[in-house]
Amino acid sequence: MSGLVVIGASYAGIQSALSAREAGYADNITVVCDETWLPYQRPPLSKGFLLGTTGEDNLVLRDEAFFKNERIDLVLGHRAVGIDPRARQIEVDNDATLTFDKLVIATGSRARRISAPGAELDGVCYLRSVADAIDLKARLAQAAEVVIVGGGFIGLEVASSAAKSGKKVTVVESMTRLLERAVCPLVSEFLHATHRQSGVEVLMGETVIAIDGASGRVAGVTLASGTRLPADLVLVGVGGIANDDLACAAGITCTNGIVVDEHGRTGHQDIYAAGDCANHYSRFANGWVRLESVQNAQDQAKAAGLAIAGSHGPYDAVPRFWSDQYSVKLQIVGLSAGHDRTAVRGSADDGRFTVFFYRNGKLIAADSINRPGDQMAARRLIAAGLSPTPEQAEDPSFDLKSLVKAIETINV
Amino acid sequence: MARVRFVQRDGTEKNVEIGSSISVMMAAVRNGVRGIDGECGGCLDCATCHVYVDEAQAGLVPPPTEDEIELLSNVTAPRRSNSRLSCQIKIPSSIDELIVFVPENQS
Ligand SMILES: Cc1cc2nc3c(=O)[nH]c(=O)nc-3n(C[C@H](O)[C@H](O)[C@H](O)COP(=O)(O)OP(=O)(O)OC[C@H]3O[C@@H](n4cnc5c(N)ncnc54)[C@H](O)[C@@H]3O)c2cc1C
Ligand code: FES
Repeated sequence: MSGLVVIGASYAGIQSALSAREAGYADNITVVCDETWLPYQRPPLSKGFLLGTTGEDNLVLRDEAFFKNERIDLVLGHRAVGIDPRARQIEVDNDATLTFDKLVIATGSRARRISAPGAELDGVCYLRSVADAIDLKARLAQAAEVVIVGGGFIGLEVASSAAKSGKKVTVVESMTRLLERAVCPLVSEFLHATHRQSGVEVLMGETVIAIDGASGRVAGVTLASGTRLPADLVLVGVGGIANDDLACAAGITCTNGIVVDEHGRTGHQDIYAAGDCANHYSRFANGWVRLESVQNAQDQAKAAGLAIAGSHGPYDAVPRFWSDQYSVKLQIVGLSAGHDRTAVRGSADDGRFTVFFYRNGKLIAADSINRPGDQMAARRLIAAGLSPTPEQAEDPSFDLKSLVKAIETINV
Repeated sequence: MARVRFVQRDGTEKNVEIGSSISVMMAAVRNGVRGIDGECGGCLDCATCHVYVDEAQAGLVPPPTEDEIELLSNVTAPRRSNSRLSCQIKIPSSIDELIVFVPENQS
């Protein structure tokens, strides 16, 4: 059996298979994944799923009927353990071998582990998969004091869910502000204040040097400053690492992820990669980036699927991301690194504002707190390369839509 | 069980059975309906689930919230009076079949 083989059955893997089919790919398609669940949504795992507002039923993204209709063979619970690009073969952990004409590596990323002494204690958790989430949810129900290591998106979302369920929560962040690499200081400060108001303690510039335990179970953490925090549950959210090991071992170029072009193609003609495991050149970053978002996984995989079917549709979408914490809706479009100017629309005091980022006078990104309308306008403006002046962006009476309308007129 | 009829711009259609607890967006994604991405899974963050509800039926589904209206304000495909985010629509028990039209592109 040959055709298209996909490793990983999440956003990128399934989207690449589906886009190839839609573009007319008629050969066999086989998707192998080491998880046993049908493809599911990851974002709710730290949000609605922990809170109980999104049930297991609602997590499933694609069901059996989908695979039957699209003629995609789904092999769950098996791990690809080797790629032989010359023989065009994948070795699977059940001793099976799959032969491919085209291959998509969509192996995603994994949670970075901490190496502090005590990290192996029972009650030190990570959150990446639905299995992790089911375990975390059960532990959370029993826990009283929760320490979150890392003030990134996953840490803060779990903090918000845990605080909402009445737990005592402390977040330990080694940087000087929350989400330092992802958002601007104003947004960090706003989120910090929101967590504080909800009873979450946030310790900045602190690192965990040891996890303390009693009879094999976690009992607390020790910080570099000497502070000891009691805890019966520790959630570690210190970033992700690309699952590029298989590709590296097969001689495919990897640098913080599998290096791909705008069609998701690796250095090997018939081998593609997409999603969290891939590193691509983005004009929005002015450089190479490995992004971890649903949008990136889906849009990059679409480009790969099209190329596999012999069609054309390079990946060129403006990156975007969201995070829901308490009743705060944070939405991000574009990549703000390298900005030289910001403009703020709305006000943090009202809990509704957007920060617009400029580089050399050009709008490159926008972070919105509870202003989805601004975010949608910014999305379209950045994609079209149009910039309101910072003065216009700050002026609430200036209608951003009027500039968007201009795009529509040009496109007609 | 009710049904959703997804009509593409080229006139092709897909009929999908839908339970009362899941949204029109989820029914589309689970069944591989082209042109509905539903990136955020229905949290009103992405606006990649835009559809046009059949005009005759637009009044049969509950109206959009403020957030939905804001997101719809700048969708990429033309915004019409029957534009909705399909993650916010469940089929009311009074309807056997809902007809929705898929726009040419999502945001
Ligand atoms: C808790 C949480 C919250 C998040 N919230 C958001 C959010 O709000 N917004 C947002 O945009 N993004 C969010 N993300 C990120 C988003 O989920 C990822 O960017 C997205 O899942 C990437 O999709 P992917 O297909 O590239 O990889 P993944 O979803 O990581 O899937 C890869 C799959 O491949 C499997 N696999 C790996 N190696 C092998 C192998 N050798 N053989 C077989 N199978 C293998 C993995 O087990 C996995 O099932 C969140 C992530 C998490 C964990
Ligand atoms: S699925 Fe994201 S807004 Fe509807």
